Amino acid sequence: MTTLVLSQLLNGVQYGVLLFLLAAGLTLVFGIMSFVNLTHGSLYMLGAYFGATAYNHTSSFLLALAAAIGGCIVVGVVLERLAVSRLYSRDHLDHVLVTFGLLLFFNEMAQIIWGTQPYFLPVPAWLDSTVNLFGITYPSYRFAIIVAGLLAAVGSYWLIHKTRLGMLIRAGSVNPQMIGALGINIKFLNALLFAVGAALAGLAGVMAGPILSVQSGMGEPVLITTLVVIVIGGIGSVSGAFYAALVVGIVDTLGRAFLPMLLREVMARDLANAAGPAIASMLIYVLMAVVLAIRPQGLFAGAKK
Amino acid sequence: MTLAKPSIWRAGTLVPLLIFAVFILVPVWGQLTDHTFYVAYFARILIYAIAVVALNLALGFGGLVSLGHALFMGLGAYSVALPAFYGIDNGWVHLGFCLASCALAGLITGAISLRTSGIGFIMITLAFAQMGYFLFVSLKQYGGDDGTSIANTSQFFGLNLGGVYEVYVVSLVLLILATWWSARLRVSPFGMVLRGARQNARRVRAVGFPANHYLLVAYVLSAMLCGVAGMLLANLNAFASPSTLSWIISGDLVVMLVLGGLGTVFGPVLGALAFLGLEEILKAFTDHWLAVFGLVIVFIGLLGKAGIAGFLDSFSQRKSTSARTAQTKGAKA
Repeated sequence: MTTLVLSQLLNGVQYGVLLFLLAAGLTLVFGIMSFVNLTHGSLYMLGAYFGATAYNHTSSFLLALAAAIGGCIVVGVVLERLAVSRLYSRDHLDHVLVTFGLLLFFNEMAQIIWGTQPYFLPVPAWLDSTVNLFGITYPSYRFAIIVAGLLAAVGSYWLIHKTRLGMLIRAGSVNPQMIGALGINIKFLNALLFAVGAALAGLAGVMAGPILSVQSGMGEPVLITTLVVIVIGGIGSVSGAFYAALVVGIVDTLGRAFLPMLLREVMARDLANAAGPAIASMLIYVLMAVVLAIRPQGLFAGAKK
Repeated sequence: MTLAKPSIWRAGTLVPLLIFAVFILVPVWGQLTDHTFYVAYFARILIYAIAVVALNLALGFGGLVSLGHALFMGLGAYSVALPAFYGIDNGWVHLGFCLASCALAGLITGAISLRTSGIGFIMITLAFAQMGYFLFVSLKQYGGDDGTSIANTSQFFGLNLGGVYEVYVVSLVLLILATWWSARLRVSPFGMVLRGARQNARRVRAVGFPANHYLLVAYVLSAMLCGVAGMLLANLNAFASPSTLSWIISGDLVVMLVLGGLGTVFGPVLGALAFLGLEEILKAFTDHWLAVFGLVIVFIGLLGKAGIAGFLDSFSQRKSTSARTAQTKGAKA
């Protein structure tokens, strides 16, 4: 039982770090540019497709990673220049419309280019084994995702809190006009941020590829879970996104794994079998509602605004 | 907008009235030629138009960018499907379930969502709709992911809503009533407070109106009307599935409203007709119509104009166009 709980806990952490990779980019775009970006899920999907295609041609997982990240940066920059940058000064409704349209477009293009059948991205051979953690065996690939996600978290902490660029990003989130007036190229900064977000989304997509099937529309469920993460963590806060992503990942995974079992202890088997999955699938949304009812600005948001 | 003479000869009024006349003729034409397919197709347009009228109340008047109205459509649909599953075909029971569940869901989600504004509001309404989606997906006894077909459609005094013509006529009557109601509401004190809250909630509060209470009432009313649309849709299709709650539907409703004209009286009808019409036309040309359609939506968003209603109005009132676009731009998200 303990090993089962532990391995599910690790699965939760692994899901959490994937969510963090998506949430980090998205929360910056939300918080700093005040832009509602529904295409973030499409970038995740494209990352998975780019990675899978590169892997099928070269059989190298490292090249697949590079293709996913590079491809998403290119798509992200083009997107930012062509559409997104025209919308910063408009209201949120226009953001929703344009990114919603783009999302439909990307999903359909993925079907045209890669077909309707799910694509498979195999686990690379050098990670296709298990590791021994605290007495339990755990798939190396999932462990690698955790490590990569934590590295990305440390990296983004370093970028935001220890570098000049990070200082500008933090300043931009407080008062974009002011740092523009100080001679910083805010347009370039925005494009750069969007590209960083796209790169992280692509990385998440290609890493999720071997676990999930790569298919059109794979980005939407994870996008909405990411939104929940951002709301819980506080809009614009990267460290908030990190904690919230772990909380959401663990709550969701453990809820799905153990809630039906726990309910069977306290109520009739039939009822528990019906209610268990239903409640488990709603758990993170209930969590979000509770957080909002108590702290509308999010659990980990700073005092700003 | 108040500058314009209230004449039915303005394009902005005349064209929608002509469209309503066509809507009245559709079932007659359907009877004569036996083309039930197109009657069902137009019934779908009417039902979506009712849902968009509902959304207009929250988004157009109140400026609440809700990306979760599919939740209420889905609740309406399942208000027919679940009782029908147990053999209850009394339409009043269905309607009662629909109004009660949508009012309750609207009240709870609205009260929580209104604690935030802007981006937060969009994301939270979206998340709540998704919660409903997953709830119905996981209810395996009612079909889960695949949905459930409805054997017992709503019966009202011997009128069976399951028939294409019956549901068409009821939808048309409801759409006309809803449109008329929203026109009255728009200029009523309640509507004025809502529209004021959209432009500047703080000022409305300063004048002494509790803006959030008004917005919450609008949100709940909107939820209930949207639920009725879902109920009609379930009767038309004799089918309810979680895909009615999918957030793509919420997005579609928003697109229809903006396409037709945000905050206008006839915008919802024009938008639903244009959206579903364009969808049908594109489908005739290519299987991958969504790719084209997505780009059309992008352009609508980038242009950011006052929708079809605004375009029609521009024929009769060139002068106040700039005032209106300013008003639309001022829509507080």
